[in-house]
Amino acid sequence: MNGFFDIPSDLQHSWAGLIGVHLREALLPVAAGLLLALPLALLCNRYRWLYPPVLGVTTVLYAVPSLAFFVVLIDWTGQTELTVMIPLALYSLVVLVPAIADGVRSVPDETLSAATAMGFGPVRRYLQVQLPIAAPAIIAGLRVATASSISLVSVGALIGNQGALGNLMAAAQKYDRPELAANAVLTTAVLAVLCDAALVALRRALTPWMPRSGRQRNTAPGEELLTKGAAR
Amino acid sequence: MNVLNFVQAFFSDSAHWQGYDGIPSRFAEHVQYTLLALAVAAAIGLPVGLLTGHTGRGGNAIAVVANAARALPSFGLLVLSVLLIGFGLLPVMIPLVVLAVPPILVTTYEAVRTVDPAPVDAARGMGMPESGILFRVEVPVALPLILSGLRSAAVQIVSTATIAAYVSLGGLGRYVIDGLYQRNYEKVVGGATLVAVLALITLALFRAVERFAVSPGVRRR
Repeated sequence: MNGFFDIPSDLQHSWAGLIGVHLREALLPVAAGLLLALPLALLCNRYRWLYPPVLGVTTVLYAVPSLAFFVVLIDWTGQTELTVMIPLALYSLVVLVPAIADGVRSVPDETLSAATAMGFGPVRRYLQVQLPIAAPAIIAGLRVATASSISLVSVGALIGNQGALGNLMAAAQKYDRPELAANAVLTTAVLAVLCDAALVALRRALTPWMPRSGRQRNTAPGEELLTKGAAR
Repeated sequence: MNVLNFVQAFFSDSAHWQGYDGIPSRFAEHVQYTLLALAVAAAIGLPVGLLTGHTGRGGNAIAVVANAARALPSFGLLVLSVLLIGFGLLPVMIPLVVLAVPPILVTTYEAVRTVDPAPVDAARGMGMPESGILFRVEVPVALPLILSGLRSAAVQIVSTATIAAYVSLGGLGRYVIDGLYQRNYEKVVGGATLVAVLALITLALFRAVERFAVSPGVRRR
């Protein structure tokens, strides 16, 4: 296709530059969501009554379309990358809190008792015993959050060129060049697949005790989270 | 002005309750897009999921297809299909269906595949035909999971159908997109609230269907 990588100059970025911006806008929110979700999930497991209301609030937040979030946030954060990243962090939080809470809760009681008997305090037990055992569930959550985040950044194009690769789609419409839209869709999809593969590799590195075959992978705890979808 | 004031202002304005741009007709349009996309996605995902789950074959192919579909950005697909096909309902249905097929397909496959093999073997031993095993043994047991796949697909369609307004169709996204260009936050917040409400209604409906359709013996597990 002619002009596939011929990016209009008003985007002020090369193709590689757009990829960099896209990854930053997509992955920073996931990291922020993870940082927030870890203590929240700990609280939800410590105080069981907290879990249903937290789940309820997050379900409602997840149902709000990203574009509406962006537009409302413009009032506070302007037409900046931050406006795109805050809702994406919230969506990540929504996926990660149940993933971590359920994963941590599925750690067997004997394991916890053994850790306590060995003199682990609650914090150290959480960090060194519960989190590593819950790693597959947490990474399953991260996979959903990452794929969703990478896909949603594009919507930022609607609030004034804050959509990284999504800006290419706006440009494709403006200049009637479908190949730019094809470029954006394909590049975004490849980024999502690569990030997903990186997370799978990370899970394998973190959990060397788990079987590696594909069939086993399907039944790993928390993997059913993947059946939750990714984008909106 | 906080968000609640916007919501209150939006819903108390009587102009928002009538005509082609009124809440009832936009709501109906949104429901119509959602049902259509869900029906098409279910017509693709359910048979394939049931068949592959029953035979236990093709699981890797399903994982590959689902992962690929999940990686495609909805907004990008929408713009691309509009550029290639032109305006209309079809280019909006493409991203919505692509979005909804993976959760339906993967959960249906997993649900049928992980059914306890003991009753399945018993049914086969009693001479039940394969179709009977699938529809009278496996599907009833797998129904809660199958419904959960349909439910998450439906909620995602509801929330994503907002982008239909970006390519000149109606639906509740009309308020969000129009509000964005008119700098009318009241409309944006009102539209977002309506979408969230519709998503919650969808969740409640699926809860009701589950209560009604799932056999008590399965539910008690």
